[in-house]
Amino acid sequence: MSASLRRAGTVGLVVLAWAAAGPASAESAGIVVYNAQHESLGKEWAAAFTKETGIPVTLRKGSDMEFANQIVQEGAASPADVFLTENSPAMALVDAAGLFEPLAKETLDQVPDNFRPSNGHWVGVAARSTVFVYDKTKLAEDALPKSMLDLADPSWKGRWAASPAGADFQAIVSALLALKGDAATKDFLAAMKQNVTPYKGNSTAMKAVNAGEIEGALIYHYYYFGDQAKTGENSKNIALHYFKNEDPGAFVSISGAGVLASSPHKADAQAFVKWLTGKGGQAILRDGTSFEYAVGKDDASNKALVPLAELGYPKVDPQSLNSKAVTDMMTEAGLL
Amino acid sequence: MSAFRLRHPLVTTIALVVALVSLVPLGFVVVVTLQTGWETASALVFRGRVAELLVNTALLELVTVPITIVLAVTLAWLTERTDLFAARVWAWLAVAPLAVPAFVHSYAWISLVPGLKGLGGGVLISVLAYFPFLYLPVAAQLRRLDPSIEEAAASLGLSPVRVFLRAVLPQLRLAICGGSLLVGLHLLAEYGLYVMIRFDTFSTAIVDQFQSAFNGPAANMLAGVLVLCCLGLLALEAALRGGERYARVGSGAPRVAVRRRLGRWMIPALLLNLAVAALSIGVPFVTLSRWLWLGGLAIWPADEVGFAFGQTMLLAVGGGLLTTLVAIPMAWLSVRAPSRLQRVLEACHSYVGSLPGVVVALALVTITVRLFLPLYQTFVTLLVAYALLFLPRALVALRASIAQAPVELERAAMALGRRPVVAVRQTTMRLAAPGAAAATALVALGITNELTATLMLSPNGVETLATKFWSLTSEIDYVAAAPYALMMVLLSLPLTLVLHRQSGRASGA
Repeated sequence: MSASLRRAGTVGLVVLAWAAAGPASAESAGIVVYNAQHESLGKEWAAAFTKETGIPVTLRKGSDMEFANQIVQEGAASPADVFLTENSPAMALVDAAGLFEPLAKETLDQVPDNFRPSNGHWVGVAARSTVFVYDKTKLAEDALPKSMLDLADPSWKGRWAASPAGADFQAIVSALLALKGDAATKDFLAAMKQNVTPYKGNSTAMKAVNAGEIEGALIYHYYYFGDQAKTGENSKNIALHYFKNEDPGAFVSISGAGVLASSPHKADAQAFVKWLTGKGGQAILRDGTSFEYAVGKDDASNKALVPLAELGYPKVDPQSLNSKAVTDMMTEAGLL
Repeated sequence: MSAFRLRHPLVTTIALVVALVSLVPLGFVVVVTLQTGWETASALVFRGRVAELLVNTALLELVTVPITIVLAVTLAWLTERTDLFAARVWAWLAVAPLAVPAFVHSYAWISLVPGLKGLGGGVLISVLAYFPFLYLPVAAQLRRLDPSIEEAAASLGLSPVRVFLRAVLPQLRLAICGGSLLVGLHLLAEYGLYVMIRFDTFSTAIVDQFQSAFNGPAANMLAGVLVLCCLGLLALEAALRGGERYARVGSGAPRVAVRRRLGRWMIPALLLNLAVAALSIGVPFVTLSRWLWLGGLAIWPADEVGFAFGQTMLLAVGGGLLTTLVAIPMAWLSVRAPSRLQRVLEACHSYVGSLPGVVVALALVTITVRLFLPLYQTFVTLLVAYALLFLPRALVALRASIAQAPVELERAAMALGRRPVVAVRQTTMRLAAPGAAAATALVALGITNELTATLMLSPNGVETLATKFWSLTSEIDYVAAAPYALMMVLLSLPLTLVLHRQSGRASGA
């Protein structure tokens, strides 16, 4: 080999060696969490956990379904130790592929039955309620939809927003599917394609309602409370409408956490999930700025929120939520 | 010549390997389409949503590109061929928008006009973000034009406007075609800009699908359609470019053109330049300053900003070096040993840069996760993606500088007993070093502002300025996002200066 190529080769090798060193060093220390939760909440949780236990946490940011499908494809070689989501369908997908390690009994015991799947393969760590946020300067209370399904009515054409590409909205659709079945869901999605104004992200949709661009949006509750706690700049013209009455639009979505069976750091990973569902993790929900509901037994949620018990949410087994069917139906309806 | 090339099987082999790797994303799209099967593929391609995206994308191209051409040619003509007041300053300001990543332009506009959305918004911001890609080559070409043709046209009695349309404009064809192609491809590839103003294109829809189903068939089929759009643009440009010669024939050097007096047009010309600068530079500058001011010191968490900055630098420098290195054999071959094989290899090197980051990333995710798991989510894969995306940039810069190094030096070195590769290194490569530096800088600029491939491929725990900025703006935390935007602009600024200087040098100015 000539000198110049050898030199080129050396530079190349140095680049590759340095490149290969990156992930290796990240793997050797602590646990890798695929975090589909809000980045800020994930960071708060990870930092407090590391402070208490000394176990470092590396977060990868992504979205629910992206990660769930990713983990399924990665299979036994997944670099993730813990999967943390905003909603349940992604957890159900990974569980259906048999990739979760059953959780320790003490962890499961910290959360009531209705906030975790009966098989104990993963656990709820927080919850969020569906709401219809609306421009209170434009919509009177009696003009509000009684049910989420009313939004399929032609009279609502062009008047409401949602973020169909987001896992949040897809979770609501999967609840609809579980509650009302195939035909009703397809009908709703087809009508929605006609009526909805799509936005990227719930915060963006809420901001549009506040700015008077659109009358209402189907999102989760805490975007409103989060903004109110900051400057209120993006929610000052907004009010919340809870559908209640076990309507699909009153769906309470459970954020989940699970340990992957492929994890080489199972003890640390179990410790993390136990901590999330325990006093430490739940206190961050109560006192922090995430405004998601706490789900631990006897753990109180943030005082600003309407209590969970008053939401009249429909009973949906989190394990039954079918994300694959939902994305296929939404693709078919032209929403994706 | 061909005997000479055969004595360099090593260089050709390297170029061949790089070309083959370049073919991976395209091959991937084809293979996946075949695997998906006709029934599923056609169901996913021939549906209303795809038609919607096609209409959106076509409208975006059809409206944006002509406006950009008119704007860029007007500005270039004003700054290069008239007595416009402070022409040099305006010339700089016409290039400066390149230092602002497209999605930061969008962020600035959406902060200023929160209701901005759809096609109108997309066209406005695209024109402002991308017109320098047309301005640069057109201005360089105008500087190079031999005024004698215009004078001949004028002496035949043509009015100044006609002289421009019939003598000047045709000679700008190559520059306009090349620049338009670049703009057109950017419109297809851009993601962040359009997400912020809620304008759906293939790139945004592919990312939506990716986030809903990772590398599902629907995302891959959309990627296939997007690749077809890119190839269509490339073919269109090749057809429009035509085969005419534009070189000056004859002895002697062209004179410098006399600058035309603007007279009473001076004020409108100045106003136009001022307006463009205000919209393309002023808006980002004002909004960024406003968010930074509102945020104060609290939005500068030194460790996080520092970390993202460090990672970005590392990736930009590493990717820049790697890309330049792997482009050298091809660049050298295309200057020193042109042949049919070389042209094929070069086409492989070049086409991949026209693929959107989202397509290349989708291909690499699927391939590494299915076939090369150890490479999955590593810096290696990310750097390979960068190399593929930015190879053409490195190639262009290298080719120009290698061409300027006399081949006689290589031959003399060989005659003195150096082995060919040593001879090339000791002569041509040394002379081409500034070109290599420019190539590295160009690639680094691209990497600093790259978003989609980085989002999809980066190793765990990696956060670049672009991805950090993106996650904060997604939570509409515009204030906290501002420092990252500022850092990206500051990093891009010197590289943009290099670009401007380079275009000046290429034209001999």
